[in-house]
Amino acid sequence: MKQILMAGMLMTSMVFAGAAMAQKSAADGIAEYRKMLEDGNPAELYEAKGAELWKKKRGPKNESLERCDLGLGPGVVKGAWVQLPRWFADTQRVQDLESRLLTCMETLQGFNAAEIAKTSFDRGEQETIESLAAWISASSRGQKISLPQGHAEERRMYELGKRAFFFRGGPMDFSCATCHGVDGQRVRLQDLPNLTKNPGDGIGFAAWPAYRVSSGNLWTMQRRLNDCYRQQRFPYPGFASDVTIALGVYMGVNARGAESIAPALKR
Amino acid sequence: MQHKHLIVGAVSAVAVLVAAGCAGMPSSDDLDREAMAMLKSSFTERGIAKMDRLEQDIGQKACSSATPPPEAMAKRIEAEALATIKYPSDGKYIGQWQDGEKLAQNGRGMSWSDASAQPSANGGSCYNCHQISKQELSYGTIGPSLYNYGKLRGVKDLNDAASNPIVKYTWAKIWNSKAFAACSNMPRFGHRQLLDEEQIRDVMALLLDPKSPVNQ
Repeated sequence: MKQILMAGMLMTSMVFAGAAMAQKSAADGIAEYRKMLEDGNPAELYEAKGAELWKKKRGPKNESLERCDLGLGPGVVKGAWVQLPRWFADTQRVQDLESRLLTCMETLQGFNAAEIAKTSFDRGEQETIESLAAWISASSRGQKISLPQGHAEERRMYELGKRAFFFRGGPMDFSCATCHGVDGQRVRLQDLPNLTKNPGDGIGFAAWPAYRVSSGNLWTMQRRLNDCYRQQRFPYPGFASDVTIALGVYMGVNARGAESIAPALKR
Repeated sequence: MQHKHLIVGAVSAVAVLVAAGCAGMPSSDDLDREAMAMLKSSFTERGIAKMDRLEQDIGQKACSSATPPPEAMAKRIEAEALATIKYPSDGKYIGQWQDGEKLAQNGRGMSWSDASAQPSANGGSCYNCHQISKQELSYGTIGPSLYNYGKLRGVKDLNDAASNPIVKYTWAKIWNSKAFAACSNMPRFGHRQLLDEEQIRDVMALLLDPKSPVNQ
C-alpha cells in the first residue's frame, strides 16, 4: 500500500511538474523528484527483501546464497556489483549479476537455472533475482564502476558487445546506437545517455537496477535491455543470453569511473 | 650459414612476440562472425518479431559500426534506396492533417508485444524524434525540428505546381529515408511497409498543408 501511494505521489508530481518543465531537461525534473524522495525510493523495499533472501535457506537443497561468489570471493557482496560483468573460472564464462545469480541458485540451492531464465519478469524466482539485484547493487552504492578487463574473454566480450551495440536490424533499422550513440538527445522528453563513453555519475549503466515509477516495479539491467530490444523491434533476447552480457561489458567498461547510484529511481 | 640461422631465429622471435601480444583476441573479421553467431544464439522469435529481423540488408550492414561507410558504398545505398520509392499511383499526395497528427503521436507498432504487423496497427512515432507542431511539448531531438516544415519551404498552395518538388521529396523521404542519407536514423516507412499510402498521405498533410498547425 505504501508502495502504491508512493508511486501515485511520484506520478502526480511528475504530471504537475510536466507542463512547466517541458522545455527544461527531463533529467532536471527527474533529479528534482528523486531528491524529494531521497529517503523513500521504493527500491528500498526490494533491497530489504534481497538481503533476507541472500541469507535464507531455500530451494531443493535448502541452502542459502551466503557462499555465492560474485567475483570477489564466496560471500563477498560489497563492491562486487561495480565489477560485473566479469570472467568466472568455475563456469568458464563472462557473467553479469543476473546470470551469476542463476549459477549460484542452481549450484548452491538446486534450482533449475534454465527454468528461471524462461520465467517472465516479476514472477516466481525472477522476482527473487530482482530483489537480490537491488540489495547487491545497493551494497556498492557510491562506488565507481570498474569492470576488470584482464582476462582475454573479458576483452573479447567487450568487442562483441561493441558490435552488438552498433548492429542495425529489424523493420525500423534501429541499433542501440540510434538512441545512445551521441550526446544530448531525447526520445520525447526522455534524455538518452551516450553509452559509447562514460555518460557521468549515476547515469546509464551506473543507474541500473532501478525502480521504475511508470511500471511500479524494480528493473534489473537484464530487464532494461530486454525492453530496449522490444522498442528496437528486434526478436526476443534470452534472459542472461550472451548478447545481453556482452552489452553489459561494453557499457560497463565505457562507464569506468562513473559513480554507481543503483538501485536508482526512474521515470 | 650461421647468418641465415640468425635471421630465422630473429623472425621466429618476432612471431612469438606477435602471437603473445594478440593472445586470446581474434581478428576483427573473426569477431564480426562471432558477434553474428552470438546474436543468432541469443535471440528467439516472439510473436510478430521473427528471427529474419536479424538478417541485414546491405545498408543496415554498412551502417553497423561507429564509422560511416566509405563514400562509394554510401552512394550505392542511396541509389538503391531511391529506386525503391513508389509514388502514389493516383497522384494524390496529401490527406488529412488531423489523422497525420494522430499517427505522429502514436509510437506503437512492430514490437513483439504488438499483435499485428499490418500498417493499420502502426503509428508513425514522429514525435519520438522530431518537434512537429508547437502545441506538443513532449518531442524528441534525434531528428531535426519539423515545425513550420511546409511554411519554411514556401508551400502556400498545394495545388500550385511550384509546390511539386518539395511535395515529391517529402513523400520520398518518408517512403525511404536512406535515399538521401545512407545511414539515416529514420525508419523507411513505405519501403518496409510500416505505413501504407493512405497513412503517408495523412503525415504529408500534417507537414505540408498550409492549414496544418505545423505551418501556423
